[in-house]
Amino acid sequence: MESEIAQITQHTGGVIGNAWLMIAFPLVGAFILLVFNKLTDRWGHLLGVAMSLASFVVAVLAFFELIGFGASERRRAVELYEFIPNLDLKMGLLIDPLSISFALLITGVGSLIHIYSIGYMAHDEHRRRFFAYLNLFVSAMLLLVLADNYVGLFIGWEGVGLASYLLIGFWQFKPSAAVAAKKAFVVNRVGDFGLLVGMFVIWTTFGTLAFKDLYGKIGEAGASDGVMLAIGLLLLLGACGKSAQLPLQSWLLDAMEGPTPVSALIHAATMVTAGVYLVVRSGAFFFPEGSGAALAVTIVGAATLLAGAIIGCAKDDIKKGLAGSTMSQIGYMMLGAGLGPAGYAFAIGHLITHGFFKADLFLGAGSVMHGMNDEVNMRKYGGLRKFMPITFVTFFIGYLAIIGFPLLSGYFTKDGIIETAVHHAPVLGWLAVLGAGITGFYMSRMVFMTFFGQKRWADDAHPHESPAVMTVPLMVLSLGALGLGAWLVLGGTLYDFLIPSVGGSAAEAPKFNPFTTPGLVTLALVAVGAVFAWMRYGRAEVPAVQPRGSFLTTFARRDLYGDAINESLFMRPGQWLTRLAVFFDNRGIDGLVNGLAAGIGGSSGRLRRIQTGFARTYALSIFIGAALLTGALLLVGTI
Amino acid sequence: MTTHYLVLSGLLFAIGAMGVLIRRNAIVVFMCVELMLNACNLAFVTFSRQVGNLEGQIIAFFVMVVAAAEVVVGLAIIVTIFRTRRSASVDDANLLKY
Repeated sequence: MESEIAQITQHTGGVIGNAWLMIAFPLVGAFILLVFNKLTDRWGHLLGVAMSLASFVVAVLAFFELIGFGASERRRAVELYEFIPNLDLKMGLLIDPLSISFALLITGVGSLIHIYSIGYMAHDEHRRRFFAYLNLFVSAMLLLVLADNYVGLFIGWEGVGLASYLLIGFWQFKPSAAVAAKKAFVVNRVGDFGLLVGMFVIWTTFGTLAFKDLYGKIGEAGASDGVMLAIGLLLLLGACGKSAQLPLQSWLLDAMEGPTPVSALIHAATMVTAGVYLVVRSGAFFFPEGSGAALAVTIVGAATLLAGAIIGCAKDDIKKGLAGSTMSQIGYMMLGAGLGPAGYAFAIGHLITHGFFKADLFLGAGSVMHGMNDEVNMRKYGGLRKFMPITFVTFFIGYLAIIGFPLLSGYFTKDGIIETAVHHAPVLGWLAVLGAGITGFYMSRMVFMTFFGQKRWADDAHPHESPAVMTVPLMVLSLGALGLGAWLVLGGTLYDFLIPSVGGSAAEAPKFNPFTTPGLVTLALVAVGAVFAWMRYGRAEVPAVQPRGSFLTTFARRDLYGDAINESLFMRPGQWLTRLAVFFDNRGIDGLVNGLAAGIGGSSGRLRRIQTGFARTYALSIFIGAALLTGALLLVGTI
Repeated sequence: MTTHYLVLSGLLFAIGAMGVLIRRNAIVVFMCVELMLNACNLAFVTFSRQVGNLEGQIIAFFVMVVAAAEVVVGLAIIVTIFRTRRSASVDDANLLKY
């Protein structure tokens, strides 16, 4: 199986030889925008878009150069410079089918989000700074996927964390945004810790962090099963942090405090996909014979896909509903990635199609908010389809794609994951089927509450269609949501393309067959979910105030008590610990020091009382002293 | 032969010391100090005679010179204190304390 992974070929020259430009363009953009500050206010957004587009052009050219090689030579390593000579670590890029797929998604969807942001952020006085951070985000994410060693990956990983912090907290004058940014950063640190320790273990076990050297060494069976399991689980912890998987999911919903294009960027093109990338790229650590790490990945994926879907059902905030759905969809990808080479292609395929339809949905939601005075509560929407026709049509296509309506993008990739999961891990597979049904319900609920039914607007709302600079990216993305899945999955295009990177063989390529039991059950459940949503939210009146709801609804509204669990398990004990430390410091350390000082002060206060001021007393003490001295001298016999 | 001189010296010193410790009048305390100095002088001279060299006698002169200087300074202080406080009691001059 692993022998199918192609050898890495050294490469110089051409577009691939200069692939570092992909990372450099947006980085330079961010640098110029941040350093030259107000000077660039008038044209900064255009520079940001241009840099992102330039990166996209390089990615496309590199892609075409790459497919010019035979399948076994499609892993090209480009050496850049000596990074840490003491560790014999060279910084380089690895351009292979896996990384170029990610690079195309990041730069392509990222550029569309850049363009959309011109319109969305038009009235924000800090638009230039916003574009600087967007460029930084894209640059860091590209470094993450293109680096040919774990250190480079980690630098990109941290860069993504930084950029997400800056963007989620972009409106930092809102306390909620500042808190959400901090939360995202802190929760991500937990995952980063896992990745970092995982890298340490890899280094001590194999003596290298370069992918090229690692692939050979893992096969030589130098490490015990326990070490491999530890590495796998630590990397999974890292992936959970970035990809918002259980139990590190809590930051994702709060991250909605950022401007909507940021949500689209985090959820579609960058950030949350990093975890899936890490698991797929490190596949060799998850699939030694009988390792539990891969099983852990699938369990995390299945649990998260259900949790995200349940949360999505209860949210009235359109963005939070979409955030729940992102959790859920990334859960599908994790589930696929945990199934090995059979699932990799579908996981990556779903990641790419999800990138398109989720960006489409988020930007559509942003367009709705733009026309509704930044209202996010879906109970205050209703009947918007006549007022925002383009937004409605594109959003509806994205909606059909995500619920897996036949022949749209999401149908092919999600169905692929479900089929593979049912085949390899039946229990988790059927849970994924159930999750698809719930997806059908909550996404339909969102569409019905927003675009159908009665008007429930605020008095001062004047919904209107967004300008072309926002609607054109929506149209492009909805085209991807329409056809990309069929192109990637039918005929095994993506599967064959990824073989050199992730293994598998062309003979084993899964044939797409829509008429299997899980596939049909999924479609039936989705239909049931959609009809149920129509009865509850389409046909029936939607209450303008959130009804009290049952126990289950409250459970989902509170994000499955994820925050409460974090609070009681980690925050409270942490606070107790700090209180204990403060108490110990005040009473223990300070007590010792202060007590010593008070003791000396008090005793000297008493001692000075012997200075009475009576000359005769002093005389007496002199005489006694002299007598004692004389006595002592006599005693020792000196005189 | 010199024992009597030394006993006298010891007696004089003891009287002087007792006077310093128990008398309140500064002038009397002062005279008692002089008494102790002279007791020492007597002992110096006695030992000088007993040993048979002149060093003790010379030191006795030094002591007299120092005592004379001390009297000048000491009496000046006592007179000044008496002028300001109308008292020559050493126990009244007890401000320099804790």
